[in-house]
Amino acid sequence: MNAIAPYLFIIVPVIKVALLVFIVLTADAYLTWLERKVIGHIQARWGPYRVGPHGLLQPLADGAKFILKEDPMPEGVDKKAYFFAPFLTLMLALTSLAVIPFGPDITILGYTTNFGVADINISLLALFAITALSVYGIALAGWSSNNKYSLLGGLRSSAQMISYELSMTLSVVGVLLMAGTLSLKEIVEMQHYRGYGFLGWNIIGFSKDHFGFTQIIGCLCFFISAIAETNRIPFDLPEAESELVAGYHTEYASMKFAMFFIGEYTAMITVSCLSTILFFGGWLSPFPDSWTLTHYLPSILLIPFGLWIIFDGIRYETVFGRIVLPGVGFLLTVIGAAFFLYSSANEIIQGPFWFFVKVFAVLFFYIWMRATLPRFRYDQLMDFGWKLLLPVSIANVILTSAVLLWRARG
Amino acid sequence: MSATLFIFFVLAGLAVFGAVTLILQSHPIHSALSLILVMLSLAGLYLLMGAEFVAAVQIIVYGGAVMVLFVFVIMLLNAGEEERTNFSKLAGFAGVPLALALAGLIAAAVANSTRHMPAATTGALTSTRNLSKLLFSTFVYPFELTSFLILIAILGAIVLAQREHN
Repeated sequence: MNAIAPYLFIIVPVIKVALLVFIVLTADAYLTWLERKVIGHIQARWGPYRVGPHGLLQPLADGAKFILKEDPMPEGVDKKAYFFAPFLTLMLALTSLAVIPFGPDITILGYTTNFGVADINISLLALFAITALSVYGIALAGWSSNNKYSLLGGLRSSAQMISYELSMTLSVVGVLLMAGTLSLKEIVEMQHYRGYGFLGWNIIGFSKDHFGFTQIIGCLCFFISAIAETNRIPFDLPEAESELVAGYHTEYASMKFAMFFIGEYTAMITVSCLSTILFFGGWLSPFPDSWTLTHYLPSILLIPFGLWIIFDGIRYETVFGRIVLPGVGFLLTVIGAAFFLYSSANEIIQGPFWFFVKVFAVLFFYIWMRATLPRFRYDQLMDFGWKLLLPVSIANVILTSAVLLWRARG
Repeated sequence: MSATLFIFFVLAGLAVFGAVTLILQSHPIHSALSLILVMLSLAGLYLLMGAEFVAAVQIIVYGGAVMVLFVFVIMLLNAGEEERTNFSKLAGFAGVPLALALAGLIAAAVANSTRHMPAATTGALTSTRNLSKLLFSTFVYPFELTSFLILIAILGAIVLAQREHN
């Protein structure tokens, strides 16, 4: 252990990056499955059901299809930009996850490290900087494809992203005023109000040393702008099928299309993480610190879930159903039991567990919106962004500063 | 060579490369992309000097907002490839000597400045809090005047757009 100690500062981040990329790409794949499944059930359909039990192998089949499909390049494209755009989109989407803290600092084998790739003191600004660049991927893809639908999609997307970036940035200023820091980790720690659980979250607004101000307006503005930033329904104008075929990625096929797709879903995950951190207390438990029994919740959820997977899996007469699913279920049960028995492991898992639960809830909300809402018209989109969202976020900044100033005086 | 110096040369090289390709590209979009590269390398240089806030703002404002508008306008006008013209007489007669003179002047100024000025105290303004304190207390009037200037520019743009409309 001592021999490699001097190199740990480089080994640990590399391991973290590899793990994060692996987890996020898997999560992206199964997010598409979840999306199709949830929308299917909301619309009284089954969703994917053919490939594997409950369509669980559908993402793998989709992945194989993406890799094996022919990748034609249309005539007259701007080659450099055409090839660069999908890489840029995916790269920026994955990079933005690097600054997200997924839990409090952890100590493994005596080595303390932050639960995320990079812990920098301007992490929120860094995230916005990366988001600010991500518009180029879509704009370049649209422009370089030599297709009028792509160009229109790219133009729409740039206009939309510039417009909604303003309200997105302004809507978090309220949180920053209360936290007094740009570090996402410190923003979460600030929401730990005397161990009273969810009362300290910015959405309720009792912060660490003074009574803050509820950021529910900021949260709404942030979430709406974030949906527009990630080009999701009801703001998916850049890829409106009925008007623009598929918008900026009309001329992309195979793996290059998959890159845009993965980029979009990764951006969804990033935004969900960010709203969890900024408004819903990040990795903090919603229960007061004194309720120690709630620490067994991960086990209580994991063990029955694992047992159900074993039970459900063996009904299928396939390799995946008979062997893989019970294996996964067994693993989950064992992990749940381990958390139940070893309190030190249980303490480590508390932060990531709540973070995951909250991010999952936000992602589910995202999908729910997609199944519910129709698409905006382009002029409605612009009116909404500039005439409603922007003034409301500015009003939130003024209101929050006024309340904080008043509290500080009196 | 220390790691910092190495990173500095990589970033500085990228910035110069971007600036040169900005001029040599024949397509406006490629030129805009080169300019983005320059902005990003400059942000990296700020980061190297410990000015994290300035680096992030450099990317958000210049790399993001300003250059997106550039790209947006180029795409909207659908500007095609530029045609390369011959070297004009005026450029050969006055342009090149003047450019050389300017380059020499800047080089001399830079070479002189390192002798007289103390080395830049990197990280003196590291914390964003210090920077904001400076901006909103010591330099509050210049800061507000600048925002007023930007407001005037916005109003001017609206007036021009309205006139076109009518």
